[in-house]
Amino acid sequence: MAPPHTIPADDRSLDRYIGTILRTGMLLSAAVILAGGLLFLMQHGKEPVSFHAFHGEPAEITSVRLIAQGALRGAALQVIQLGLLLLIATPIARVIFAVVAFAWERDYLYVSISFVVLVVLLYSLFGPKGG
Amino acid sequence: MPATANTRMNVFEFSIILGLASLLAGFLGALTGLGGGVVIVPLLALGFGVDIHYAIGASLVSVIATSSGSAAAYVREGFCNIRIGMFLEIATTIGAIFGAFLAAGTPTKAIAIIFGLMLLGSAVTSSLSRKDRSTNRPPDSLASTLRLNGSYPADGIKTSYTARRIPLGFGLMFGAGTLSGLLGIGSGAVKVLAMDEAMQLPFKVSTTTSNFMIGVTAAASAGVYLSRGYIDPAIAMPVTLGVLAGAMAGARFLVRARVRVMRLVFAAVIALLGFEMIYNGLTGRL
Repeated sequence: MAPPHTIPADDRSLDRYIGTILRTGMLLSAAVILAGGLLFLMQHGKEPVSFHAFHGEPAEITSVRLIAQGALRGAALQVIQLGLLLLIATPIARVIFAVVAFAWERDYLYVSISFVVLVVLLYSLFGPKGG
Repeated sequence: MPATANTRMNVFEFSIILGLASLLAGFLGALTGLGGGVVIVPLLALGFGVDIHYAIGASLVSVIATSSGSAAAYVREGFCNIRIGMFLEIATTIGAIFGAFLAAGTPTKAIAIIFGLMLLGSAVTSSLSRKDRSTNRPPDSLASTLRLNGSYPADGIKTSYTARRIPLGFGLMFGAGTLSGLLGIGSGAVKVLAMDEAMQLPFKVSTTTSNFMIGVTAAASAGVYLSRGYIDPAIAMPVTLGVLAGAMAGARFLVRARVRVMRLVFAAVIALLGFEMIYNGLTGRL
């Protein structure tokens, strides 16, 4: 049986970098969502709300390219949606960082494990959607 | 936007009330390790009359926010175990994709009933009392090979632990991922169950590592939901901002909080919502 490993000293700095990535992604996306939200409330705040029936969203807020284009024009809903995309990208950035950081530590077992997670994530985003 | 009967509120009032409710959900979710997501869907579907598909989309984004917001604090404090999290994320992300595919063919009524059962299960498991495990046991050989061990600050003293029953924990994590993809939740309760009960990790390590994993698990489902149109920015905006603010406050509070009373209160709320979801699912009101 292999001797029990203890946490390498480098894991503390790994913790710190991952904390920084999560915090930065979270704050950045929150700022974008907040900006879009204020814009949205100024433009549409007085309108009656109605969200009951599901009819799907138009392409302007489901396609990454159209979201980015709309956000650059300053369209409120697309600015919010861009912030939501940044939020979804934050954990993915954390996994990409883990692949690099474990490679730096020469911990190839965890490079492989992190890489498998990354492949599964990319498949979920770009693979078939199942309807 | 489709026309409905629910036109009493204007957009501004809706956003503020929903934002404040989400703030409370995020705070309790971070504090109990269950995630704000478990109450967001019933809140939107039962409280605001939002279609359950929109509710699940907003919830999914909010659980990513909860995870990123609170995990950023936990990893710095040394409770969260990144290796255990990464390893188990293989199971949760594959499960999440499986769940998202299942959701495509599942009617709203069935989702409401499954959601209600999940809430009742969460309420029961979270109200059980937990003790931190003794730490002076021989190491598990699979845990040693995979380096699924570590140490954390318990009352200021560095305390070491090792994972046990890894295949059982891994299997439960696949189930947690499937629930996440199907219901748009973080599945914090099942993740904590897998680590705390099955793998016998210390409770604070389990809750913080669970929060850490929720973001990646939810991200595996979120892209699918986004492209299907289940994420509405007008709903997701107040939910996400509210949950984020609440989760950040909850994370600061956790380190010195006595979580037992909070967990019992939250469990009672979750159980009530569970009955409500099952009732509405069976009577076809959702």
